[in-house]
Amino acid sequence: MNNRVLSLALSRLLIAFITLMIVSFAVFFATTLLPGDTASILLGQAATPEAVEGLRKAMHLDEPAIFRFLRWIVGLLQGDLGTSYANEMPIADLIAGRFVNTLKLAGVTALFSVPIALTLGITAAMLRGSLYDRAVTVLTIGVISVPEFMIATSAVLVFAVYLKWLPALSFANEVTSLADLLRIYAMPVITLTFGVSAQMIRMTRAAVIETLNTSYVEMALLKGASRPRMVFRHALPNALGPIVNAIALSLSYLLGGVIIVETIFNYPGVAKLMVDAVATRDLPLIQSCAMIFCLGYLLLTTTADLIAILSNPRLR
Amino acid sequence: MNDKITNWTRSDDVVVESAIRRGATRRELLQMLLAGGVAMTLGGVILGRASHALAATPATGGHLKVAGFTSSTADTLDPAKASNSTDYSRCSAVYNRLSNLDKSGTTQMELAESIESADAKVWTVKLRKGVTFHDGKPLTSADVIFSLKRHLDPDVGSKVNAIAKQITGFKAVDDLTVEITLADANADLPTILALHHFMIVADGTTDFSKGNGTGPFVLENFEPGVRSVMRRNENYWKSKGPYVDSFEFLAISDDSSRVNALLSGDIHVAAAINPRSERLVASQPGFVLSKSSANSYTNLNMRLDAAPGQNKDFVAGMKHLINREQILRAALRGRGEIGNDQPVFPGNVYRNDDIKAKAYDPEKAKFHFEKAGVFGQTIPVVASDAATGSVDMAMVIQAAAAEIGLRLDVQRVPSDGYWDNYWLKAPIHFGNINYRPTPDILFSLLYASGAPWNESHYKSEKFDKMLIEARGSLDQEKRRAIYSEMQAMVADEAGTIIPAYLTGIDAITDKLKGMETNPLGGMMGYRMAEHVWFEA
Repeated sequence: MNNRVLSLALSRLLIAFITLMIVSFAVFFATTLLPGDTASILLGQAATPEAVEGLRKAMHLDEPAIFRFLRWIVGLLQGDLGTSYANEMPIADLIAGRFVNTLKLAGVTALFSVPIALTLGITAAMLRGSLYDRAVTVLTIGVISVPEFMIATSAVLVFAVYLKWLPALSFANEVTSLADLLRIYAMPVITLTFGVSAQMIRMTRAAVIETLNTSYVEMALLKGASRPRMVFRHALPNALGPIVNAIALSLSYLLGGVIIVETIFNYPGVAKLMVDAVATRDLPLIQSCAMIFCLGYLLLTTTADLIAILSNPRLR
Repeated sequence: MNDKITNWTRSDDVVVESAIRRGATRRELLQMLLAGGVAMTLGGVILGRASHALAATPATGGHLKVAGFTSSTADTLDPAKASNSTDYSRCSAVYNRLSNLDKSGTTQMELAESIESADAKVWTVKLRKGVTFHDGKPLTSADVIFSLKRHLDPDVGSKVNAIAKQITGFKAVDDLTVEITLADANADLPTILALHHFMIVADGTTDFSKGNGTGPFVLENFEPGVRSVMRRNENYWKSKGPYVDSFEFLAISDDSSRVNALLSGDIHVAAAINPRSERLVASQPGFVLSKSSANSYTNLNMRLDAAPGQNKDFVAGMKHLINREQILRAALRGRGEIGNDQPVFPGNVYRNDDIKAKAYDPEKAKFHFEKAGVFGQTIPVVASDAATGSVDMAMVIQAAAAEIGLRLDVQRVPSDGYWDNYWLKAPIHFGNINYRPTPDILFSLLYASGAPWNESHYKSEKFDKMLIEARGSLDQEKRRAIYSEMQAMVADEAGTIIPAYLTGIDAITDKLKGMETNPLGGMMGYRMAEHVWFEA
């Protein structure tokens, strides 16, 4: 029985590793399709053919791209992320601080959004069809439909420009106290919570309703179980798989997809770092960022899968 | 009270200010203004403003926070590689250059006491005494030679490699004297050395992340793509400035975020704001707009060696099809000055203002197009956001063409890769050229037969000869005459149309004083940190 779980877990990990390799190659391939290289982009308008040639040679960009890619992969396996083409700094140094910022933002957002989403999703499912349920549905659909930049910009206009309660920019590095933390993170976290919890609410509600419609829940009700007991003891454990999946999918977005929030609040996270890297065709940096995003995504979905497996008695 | 006065320029402000300094009374001044056609009420405004400017003495202190518009991991403290407003601002705060340009575009000495030559070929640079780098090392001729020589090394990837190549000989005469030899005589060397990239770094520097310079600020923290923080250099060699205690530069690429950060008080300066935000800032109390001098242009290029630009009549037709007033008003929202198809910027000492821009004349254009036989064809015009305002300009031109039955197909292409893939290549495309201080740089870069950026592939032996003749001459009047003629030549013969010269707008808090214009770019030629102060 336990062997079954172990082999399922191992196969998930193997799939995760293969996915990582495929993504890394796909990103590399897409990067080589972009026009120009680091040398011509660094020289910009000032690029004369000789100057580009000279710089290309100095930066070892004259080697075939596939060699540079393989060298980066080999380095990565030895734990070395390589050196940025654009500013010759070690990639690990460039990413470290930014990645910590991204994790902080994702962590604080998860701290708020997951409990909110679960509470609203489950209660809405329990009271399906009621005024409360309809209000939650209308609100979440409304929030999902508003683009993030709109929420963020409106929040800045109201809270920073007119009320002057919060700073318009979020410098994660300036946090020294809890009050600072709340002030600086307030707006990005509100914006992100709106986006990700709306998704989670919808999916939680759907999953709980689905299990509430099954015959064993009906049986529990007929045996005289109270409504909360029916939901929490009988329905919820069986809806755990899809709920955890919904949470994982929503949270994985916080790692790489928050570019709009980072741009509007000038938050120094890792998403903007990758956009920079693409603009300067900084291959090692693009690859490293892609790996981080992919890894985070795989970690979350694999964990969700494992929880789903473990919560399913038929598999356990 | 309305502070906006038409026909009143900064130079008029200067006249009034100096009149006050000479001791003119208020009554005399008002008479002077009335004679100039300025109404009594407005006269009061000017007087108020001018005496305010006089009364304002710099106060020290404060933390200055400035936001530019572009920043990435490619941000650098190596002046040779500096490439945008963010790099220029940061580098200008930590380094100095041998010479510099003042607000009228005239060369002033900075680290050099003098830059002189008898034949414009061998130049002697005398350095100031007592200048030290942030790490305490005194400035010597070795630093200057090292800084200049770097540009010749292809490994460095210097942005001014092409210009620096003319320097062939370096000699340290003594600790504070450097002799520079040029391949050919060039009287503009003192002005060339004022370009951002020729800032002076310490001899032997390989790690530029420390920003060890002789400049007004000492680097404290530099995170590429995030921000840089510096504090006042207490041992600065200039007697004046900097006035603020510390200076922080960051970039907010999103235009509305930048403006919102200014309005909420998070930053003091939002550089290069979008025309759409102008009214928002102007309507808020406590903020002002600071206009830069005309320091770039977006131009329409027709290659003279490819169809349809091969046909002279097509080019002539296009020159008459450009409604410059409309482009300035609609496409550029009034931020600029009408251009006359030659690259020397307004205000430059060598500019030929007698060249009149070709008038918008659809009938004449039609006549030329008929002669060229282009009616019935669809002619592609490549535009992109990479060339500021070019998409809107293309629309204006396309509409004018449609009115006389000429089909222009405006192809809007992505900014990314524009300079590699379309610029200089497509038969008809837009370019965007930033300020260059001398006609020589502009012509050798853009119009000489072998010019690396010869946008319309213009070739003229006569033009090339005149360029070399003017370059080697130390006689200002003679140069002016030659350059005037050359400007007329390119306006007439080359396939480049320069509808307008562009100005930029920085939005600043009104507590910040001392902001001026500078032809080297916005934010006072990127040197504002050294010159501005907070109102006490």
